[in-house]
Amino acid sequence: MSNTQGRGDTAQTGTSLKKRATLNRRKFLGDTLKSACGAGLLGLGMGTYSRQVESHPAWVIRPPGALPEPEFSGACIRCGLCVRDCPYDMLRLAELGDSVAMGTPYFVARDKPCEMCEHIPCAAACPTNALSHELDNIDDARMGLAVLIDQEECIAFQGLRCEVCFNVCPVQGDAITIEMQHNRRSGKHALFIPVVHSDACTGCGKCEKACILEEAAIKVLPMELAKGLVGEHYRFGWKQKKVAGKSLVTPDVEHRYNLPEGVTYDYNKGGLSLPPESSDASPYSSNPLDSLKKLQEQESK
Amino acid sequence: MMVEQKQQPGTQAIAKKGWFGAYKWLIFRRISQLGILALFLMGPVFGIWIVKGNMASSLTLDILPLSDPYVMLQGLMSGNVPVTSGLIGVTIVLVFYLLVGGRVYCSWICPVNIVTDTAGWVRRKLGLKVSSHFARSTRYWLLALTLILPPITGAIVWELFNPVSLMFRGIIFGMGWAWMVIVAIFLFDIFISQRGWCGHLCPVGAFYSLLGTKSLLRVSAAKRDQCDDCNDCYVVCPEPKVITPALKGADKGISPLIDDGNCTNCGRCIDVCDEDVFNFSNRFKS
Repeated sequence: MSNTQGRGDTAQTGTSLKKRATLNRRKFLGDTLKSACGAGLLGLGMGTYSRQVESHPAWVIRPPGALPEPEFSGACIRCGLCVRDCPYDMLRLAELGDSVAMGTPYFVARDKPCEMCEHIPCAAACPTNALSHELDNIDDARMGLAVLIDQEECIAFQGLRCEVCFNVCPVQGDAITIEMQHNRRSGKHALFIPVVHSDACTGCGKCEKACILEEAAIKVLPMELAKGLVGEHYRFGWKQKKVAGKSLVTPDVEHRYNLPEGVTYDYNKGGLSLPPESSDASPYSSNPLDSLKKLQEQESK
Repeated sequence: MMVEQKQQPGTQAIAKKGWFGAYKWLIFRRISQLGILALFLMGPVFGIWIVKGNMASSLTLDILPLSDPYVMLQGLMSGNVPVTSGLIGVTIVLVFYLLVGGRVYCSWICPVNIVTDTAGWVRRKLGLKVSSHFARSTRYWLLALTLILPPITGAIVWELFNPVSLMFRGIIFGMGWAWMVIVAIFLFDIFISQRGWCGHLCPVGAFYSLLGTKSLLRVSAAKRDQCDDCNDCYVVCPEPKVITPALKGADKGISPLIDDGNCTNCGRCIDVCDEDVFNFSNRFKS
C-alpha cells in the first residue's frame, strides 16, 4: 500500500511537490503541537494526582525503614518483594481503588501489626532502598508513633487495671511505661496509666492491635501527626542549667521554706522531715498524763 | 470472496502449512506470556516460590535479581539510586533486551499484549474500519512526560497509572478495580483506535523500542522475492510500518532485515505468510 503511494510521489510535478511539502510541514507542526499539548495537560493532571496521593490516611503504615513519604514515592517501584519476604504476611500492595498510592506496600496495625523481625527481611528485599538498607536494628525503626489517643475511653484512666498495651510492647519498659497517678474518683486508689515514649517506640502497632476496646484507644499515627515540636524559641531553664552547669537567667537561689529550725522539706524524700535528734526531744511527753498535769500546774499558778 | 480473505489473514498459510504452522510463533508467545505469569503465581497460589515480586523487580530462586530498566529509570529520575541487587537486575535485563530486541518485552512478556491482540482480532472479525487517528509518535511524547514528571514532583508518577505494571501486579498481588482499566484498553482498541494502546500510546513500549534499535535478533524478509502481495503480514502486524522497507526495498538496495526498534519480534508475519518470506534472523546475516 505504502509502496504505491511512494510511486505516486515520484510522479508528481515540481509545484505540487512543493505544495505537498508545505502542507506536510504544517501538518507535522500541527500534530507535534497537538501531541505536546496533550502530553502536557496529561502531565499536569498526573503530577497533581501524584502529590495528592502522597497524603494517605493516618492508619496506613509503611514497612520498617521506609523513607519519609515524599522520597518514598520517588523510590518505591511497587515490585512487592517486601510483601513476599515478610514471614508474617502482614504487608500488602495497594490496589487500584485503595486510598493509598497504587502498588505501594503498607500495613494496617489493627489488622496485622509488624512483628519486628530481627533481620528486617522486608527492607533487605527492597531493590531500590525505598525501605532503607541502613536500618540494621529493628528497634531503630520509626514506622509511626503510638499515641494513647482516647483517654476518655481507655479503661486505665477509669482506674481499671489493663496494661495490655504495655505487656505486648516489644520494647517493653522503654516505649511504653506505666505511670501511677492518684485516682481522684475513689480517692484512695492509683491509676496505672500507659505512657508512650517517642525515643523508643518503633510504631510496630502491636499495642493498637492488642487494645481490648472495640475501637482501639491507643493508635499508631504517622510521626508528623503524632509529634509536636518545641521549636527554636523555647528554652527549658532546668535543661539549660544542666548543659551550662549554672543558671543562665536569674541568679541561682535555692528556694527556701519558712520552717522551724532543723525541720526540712524535700518533695522527693517524703516531704517534711524533722531533725533526727529532735525526734527524741519532743515537746510532748509520751505519757498523756503528763500533759494533764502540766495543764493543772498552769491553772493553779 | 476477496474481502472475506482479507478479513481472515492466514487462511492460505493454514491451507499450506497446517494450523500449527500458521500459528506457531503466536502459540509460543502465549506460552511465554502465560508461563511467566504462572511462574509468578506459583508462589502465592501453591506456595512454590520460584519467582518472587513482579515485573518491576523480581528475585528468581532467591539468587537471580531482575529489574525493569524503565521503572528503575523513572526512580533514578526522581533522584533515587537503586541498591546493588537492583543495579545487577537492571543490567541483566538491559543486556537481554539489547540482544533480542526491546519490544520483545511487548510481544513475549507483557500481559496487556494478550488483551490488545484479542481486541485487534475482534476488530477484524467485526470488520470495523473506523479508527481515531493518533500519531504513532504520541507514545514518545508520553515517554518523555513520564521521565520529566519524576524530577519535577519527586515521585514515580507514571507507576500510579501504568496499565502494564498495573495488570501484571494485579494478577499476582490483587486486582482491586484494575480490571476496569484493562477492559477500558480492550474497548479502546476495538472501538476507538486500531492498535491504539500498544501501537500509539504506551510509553513502556516506546521505551523498549528505543532499547531495541540495534538488537541482534531480527525478523528478516529473506525470501522477499517470493512475496505475492497478499497483504496478510500487514494485516496481522502490530507495527505495519516496519515491514515495508525490508519487504519492498529490494530495488532501493535496502536490507531484507526488519531494522526498526518498533518491530516486536512477535513472528506473526512468519506464521501468516504462506510463501515463507520471513524468518527469524540476526543483524549480521543480511
